[in-house]
Amino acid sequence: MDQGTVYITLAALFGIFMAWGIGANDVANAMATSVGSKALTIKQAIIVAAIFEFLGAVLAGGEVTDTVRKGIVDTSLPGFTPQLLVYGMLAALLAAGTWLFIASRNGWPVSTTHSIVGAIVGFAAVGVGIDAVHWGKVGEIVMSWVISPLTAGFIAYLIYQSVQRLILSQEDPLSKAKRYVPVYIFLAAFTITLVTILKGLKHVDFATEISLRDSYLLAIGIAMAIALIGAFFIQRIEADPKAEKREHFITVERVFGILMIVTACGMAFAHGSNDVANAIGPLAAVVAVAQNGAISATATLPTWVLVLGGAGIVIGLATFGRHVIATVGKNITHLTPSRGFAAELAAATTIVIASGTGMPVSTTHTLVGAVLGVGLARGIDAIDLRVVARIFVSWVVTIPVGAFLAIVFFFFFRAVLP
Amino acid sequence: MANMLANIFGSSPVKPLEKHIDIAYQCAKQLHPFFKASVAGDWEKAGKAREEISRLEHEADNLKKDIRIRLPKSLFMPVPRQDLLELLLVQDKIANRTKDVSGIVIGRKMQIPAEIAEQFLEFVDRNIDAAKQARKSVRELDELFTAGFKGAEVDLVEGLIEELDRIETDTDDKQADLRHALFEIEKSLDPIDAVFMYKVIELTGEIADMAERVGRRLELLLSH
Repeated sequence: MDQGTVYITLAALFGIFMAWGIGANDVANAMATSVGSKALTIKQAIIVAAIFEFLGAVLAGGEVTDTVRKGIVDTSLPGFTPQLLVYGMLAALLAAGTWLFIASRNGWPVSTTHSIVGAIVGFAAVGVGIDAVHWGKVGEIVMSWVISPLTAGFIAYLIYQSVQRLILSQEDPLSKAKRYVPVYIFLAAFTITLVTILKGLKHVDFATEISLRDSYLLAIGIAMAIALIGAFFIQRIEADPKAEKREHFITVERVFGILMIVTACGMAFAHGSNDVANAIGPLAAVVAVAQNGAISATATLPTWVLVLGGAGIVIGLATFGRHVIATVGKNITHLTPSRGFAAELAAATTIVIASGTGMPVSTTHTLVGAVLGVGLARGIDAIDLRVVARIFVSWVVTIPVGAFLAIVFFFFFRAVLP
Repeated sequence: MANMLANIFGSSPVKPLEKHIDIAYQCAKQLHPFFKASVAGDWEKAGKAREEISRLEHEADNLKKDIRIRLPKSLFMPVPRQDLLELLLVQDKIANRTKDVSGIVIGRKMQIPAEIAEQFLEFVDRNIDAAKQARKSVRELDELFTAGFKGAEVDLVEGLIEELDRIETDTDDKQADLRHALFEIEKSLDPIDAVFMYKVIELTGEIADMAERVGRRLELLLSH
């Protein structure tokens, strides 16, 4: 077995291990709001996630994967041999996967994205040299980590304010809900579809060139179709006067429940598009080196790599994710669909736009930002600020830990591998 | 990691507050069978009602403590924490007054004078109505949270509070009438019994007063 095959096999194994971890742990956060608000059952959530995570990974995951595999490290440095890149990427994968494993075991909040980026920067800066890192790009990435939760929070705030004004505080909320929710469905579907068509498809081998005008038309068409289907199901919801006596908004929430199914698909899609890169980016780098024998900055991303990542996530979700989703969903029971959708739509849109611009963001932190945005719009009964503080702490801790582990594994591989 | 998202949500005080007012009301409701039995001189039955009152008041107290523990200062809510705690406090007083007044009556095996017995029972029922209206108002709390404390829901709750005010005013009038009726016959009663009867009327009237204060506290929440 020649060197190249060994590397590719190792990278694939580590990559799948990482993808599996993402599927097992991270996806639960993406689907948590849907399950907690009872818009979807756990089984439905897993099916939705499986389909849309995979689609997101393949159709829209290319740009971020490119950033992870070649945007962060500067391979033009003289001392940067192909071998070093391979060792480094393998080390980064193993480091991130290990940290993910340890943290989940202990129930610590950890971001897969922060781990892998920290790991890559770690091995490159220490293992090869300070100049081996595109610090400008890294700076952009760190900025995106700050901007994405803020943006998601802002969008969620606006969405929920509009829901309160247009529907919840009105005289007859049910009729208002039936009127406006299809519009929200349209907006959700339109945004996600448009960003995908404009940015994501270029990495899919079989996608042809679509003009800008046609992209918009296609997105509008798909969104209208989805909105009409949604409107159909919404019309069938009847008011239940007896249940309404106990809880006035119970039927209104059911209408929002339909909207949440759409946003749940969008969220799974967005998550797949952004997080697949955490597993597949390093793998793609190794594959490129192993196939060409040298580091080529212009090598295109093979689609099968994205497919492998998507499949890994789905397997992780199917095997372990069920248990995690159940646990998380149990604890978010008072997040009703009207609030849940606002947070989810804001997060999904932000993440998909980030994926489109190639920025690897933390999906969990973006979702947390969105939830806080809804909270600021007075939509959440109680938010525990201590936990928010703890999340910021973990944010800071993960990057050096990921870097440290990657450095350790890097020197180990350099010594041990051919 | 999964915990990150789940733990962000602190335990909501809304449902526990609604449960608490329900218990306080159930407690006050017991005054009807209690006083009916006392007037009839059936102290065994009255004793059972008194036990129920005691049990419910104790349950309300425990729930109150539990809610307080679950509302640390680090919780970020749409309304100030202090306002919710004060609402809870005044809800609890409904149960406390109920226990106090039933305690005095059963302790002395107090005989309500026949001349004012019927009037007094009506007075008791009207106070229970006030407690019921307070419960109805507080039960709108989760809808208020959903609607973001604005719009149609606020109008609805303000209507309920206005009705609560009317009931409380009614009890004030009835209380004045009762005191007058008692004054008419007080010379024919044992002096100590007479004094305690005034006390019992006063304490019973405070149940509606506390209910009205619940309405006031709720109104303060609405003004945010």
